[in-house]
Amino acid sequence: MVAEDISKAVRRVDAVAKSNGTAKYVPDYDFGDCLWARMIRSSIPRGKILNINLPELPEGYTFVSYKDIPEGGKNYLHMIATDWKCFAEDEVRYVGETIGLLVGPDKTKLEDLLEQVKVDYEEMEAATTIDEGVACKGGAFVNDNNIHCHLKLEVGKPDEAFAKAAKIVEETIETGFQEHIYLETNGACCVPEKNGEYTVYASAQCPFYIRKSIAPLLNISPEKITVKQTTTGGAFGGKEHFPDVLCGPLLVAAHKTGKTVKMIFDREEDVEFSVKRHPSKVVFKTGLDENGNIVAMDSKVYYNVGGYLASSFVVLQRGCFHVTGCYEFPNFRTEGFGVATNTFPSCAFRGFGAPQTLFAIETHMCHLAEMQGLDPLEYKRRYFIKQGGITSTNGKIVERVMIPEMLDQVLKASDYERKIKEYGTGKGKGIGISFYNHGGAFTGNGEQAIIKGKCKLRKYKDGTVEILCGQTEMGQGFHTILPKIAAHVLEIPIEKVIFDDPNTSRVPDSGPTAASRSTMIVGELVERAATLMKPRYDKEEEFEVMTEYEHPEGYPWDQSTFQGYAYLGYGWGVCAVEVEVDPCTAEITTKGVWSSHDCGHLIDEKIVHGQVNGGILQGLGWGSTEVLENVKGHFKQTSISSYIVPTSMDFPKQGVYFVENPYEWGPFGAKGMGELVFNGSAAAYIDAVSRAIGKRICSIPCPTETVMNYMLNGKDIKEAL
Amino acid sequence: MDAKISFKLNGKNVSITTDPLRRLLDILRDDFKLTGVKEGCSEGECGACSVLLNGKIVTSCIIPIGAVDGQEVMTIEGVSATEGGKIIVEAFADGGAVQCGFCIPGMVIAAYYLLSNNPNPTDDEIRLGISGNICRCTGYDLIVESIKLAAERGEKIWKK
Repeated sequence: MVAEDISKAVRRVDAVAKSNGTAKYVPDYDFGDCLWARMIRSSIPRGKILNINLPELPEGYTFVSYKDIPEGGKNYLHMIATDWKCFAEDEVRYVGETIGLLVGPDKTKLEDLLEQVKVDYEEMEAATTIDEGVACKGGAFVNDNNIHCHLKLEVGKPDEAFAKAAKIVEETIETGFQEHIYLETNGACCVPEKNGEYTVYASAQCPFYIRKSIAPLLNISPEKITVKQTTTGGAFGGKEHFPDVLCGPLLVAAHKTGKTVKMIFDREEDVEFSVKRHPSKVVFKTGLDENGNIVAMDSKVYYNVGGYLASSFVVLQRGCFHVTGCYEFPNFRTEGFGVATNTFPSCAFRGFGAPQTLFAIETHMCHLAEMQGLDPLEYKRRYFIKQGGITSTNGKIVERVMIPEMLDQVLKASDYERKIKEYGTGKGKGIGISFYNHGGAFTGNGEQAIIKGKCKLRKYKDGTVEILCGQTEMGQGFHTILPKIAAHVLEIPIEKVIFDDPNTSRVPDSGPTAASRSTMIVGELVERAATLMKPRYDKEEEFEVMTEYEHPEGYPWDQSTFQGYAYLGYGWGVCAVEVEVDPCTAEITTKGVWSSHDCGHLIDEKIVHGQVNGGILQGLGWGSTEVLENVKGHFKQTSISSYIVPTSMDFPKQGVYFVENPYEWGPFGAKGMGELVFNGSAAAYIDAVSRAIGKRICSIPCPTETVMNYMLNGKDIKEAL
Repeated sequence: MDAKISFKLNGKNVSITTDPLRRLLDILRDDFKLTGVKEGCSEGECGACSVLLNGKIVTSCIIPIGAVDGQEVMTIEGVSATEGGKIIVEAFADGGAVQCGFCIPGMVIAAYYLLSNNPNPTDDEIRLGISGNICRCTGYDLIVESIKLAAERGEKIWKK
């Protein structure tokens, strides 16, 4: 019997319970006689805490602060770096920084008490933008230059090439904050158990990250904390490290009170006081020869990191690695700067630094073409990277690059070539196109050197098989993908495979659910484990097999110099967007959105289709309406009515296409794709809008008001850079 | 001051003595343990807390319980037990409408309300029908397809 292609869609295992309302998210659990917690947060962006004035607390109500961390405990959260404090001590670095918790049995009473808390500060001058951070406005507060982190990459001989260039042009491309707007806000609950142990329930992507991050607060080993993920209502990176910011204080509160303590953010506090996508500024200097060909490119990449570094150096690295996009330039240099500012720290968000630089390179490439009177697509074609091509880290592209095939699909579906000629520029209609990729999994040999992911399969007497690993379902479909892989290898029905939300005391650490690694890496661990299990499946009643990640040999990576093969398997994408602009109101109607992706072999075509739809729409939101301004350290948009994410009416049905390009080391040939599908739609949209209005657009988001401004005051798209 | 409020909840007569200004959402979730009703935005914008009030779709986060006295409320728990509700849940599962799921009970309510009033909607009418429900995962396309599927599968029920 030939097994059915694994791509064929199956019904998601979680679909019915989520549709009929029986799936339980963390706010839905009844923890019995528990205490509620509310955060006391900094109301200023920078300053010294002079005094915390608390109202008289009724019986059963408690204030929790850094002073409640027991002897030997450390007041920090371990989020790659360890600089982010669990509780502010004498200084605050951003609006919303946790100063303490108010804990008590009645939510309404807590609200009243919270309003009576007054914190006295000695306020200091704050830096909130990249430029202010670099200028050390108010004095540096990180190192002596406000640079949290820095890296530099070089390919070829850029200095020599610039010296010979016929022309050198400069351009700056910027992107703004973006809020995740997972539909379920952050929430967690900490339960004290016997023997000084704790159980944490959280809406989270990475249960193992949480216990590692918060255990030092009580100076206990991470194994003393069991983290149970609850059904998670979306995350997009916003629940990768950020749950630590809730769980840390809750752990200290549970330690102090000896009681279960629960905290659920309402939407306003979740928008106002949670991590965001890093705002970015990329400054290009590009050398052209007499024919307009690129001979050298230099880029300076600035990310607004906020008050604490946390995971941002890794975000910046990924940003710099992706700044060459889908192109190969013979001489190239990039320098990345993680800038300290007094804004809420930025952290993971789908794409993890790559979308910003990909938007920048795509937009810069369009502008290089337009100023020479060339078609952007034709100009970009000259530089497409191919298998064996040199990457930004002096590694090579290992796999076949199918951009030409994907481009053909998108050109055909969108009727691009006819439209680009017919619409011209500045005539109210525009079609744009973008190219993008995303390196799957942790950089270089990180999966083996840092993550060391492990996965177990256990067979039970009745023939069911349980997958034991730390991967989480947060909407992306992993509760279906992993069982599907195991069932396919074992040739048993998917109903015979169990895969529960992880409990850190029951499952091995297979690494975080992040970095588009789960299917590609952990899926492969499951595929291998199932292959080991298969010959024993009928013979033995109960047994376990375990697999551990091994990096393929022959693809060196040096994490200290960032040189070598950064990624063995990239996802690749091409996206086209067509718009019409109302000449009077500047309102934009999107007429079409088409994409093609290379995700290797699809594990489930419907799940991947849904990821494409959602990722592209989230990218279109980032490029258009999702304005998130920070004024003097405060986010100005603090709700779903003021922070505008796309509705069902804002963009049309998408044309979705794929190419088949199996990945050698992935399960059934699958590669990572969850982030890839976000990375390109904003650039295609902006290309389309700028062609429609005939003006050069260098920053996003670009809502109607901004489009109007460009129409009235913008630079002509063909003007020299 | 507390007041006694009586209403019909998922087909049963219920009453509760409480502050009439409390939100219908909190009463449903905290007092009646109907946790399928989700809180997404607390300002009537996202649709996650949608319920049917006298057969019309409303956001329960901006309705005080006092306004519900003598009225009829259907939540996802009630709707998903109806014949039409079952068809929508099945269509959502088969059509790939569900990802994180947090918006989905509200989407099911919106689909039920739409199909009950327009058994054979066009794509544009479906998009309009769910435009009060924010979904951050799916990009809406497969939700629209799933509602079309539910319209087809439940043809006889919706036309009643």
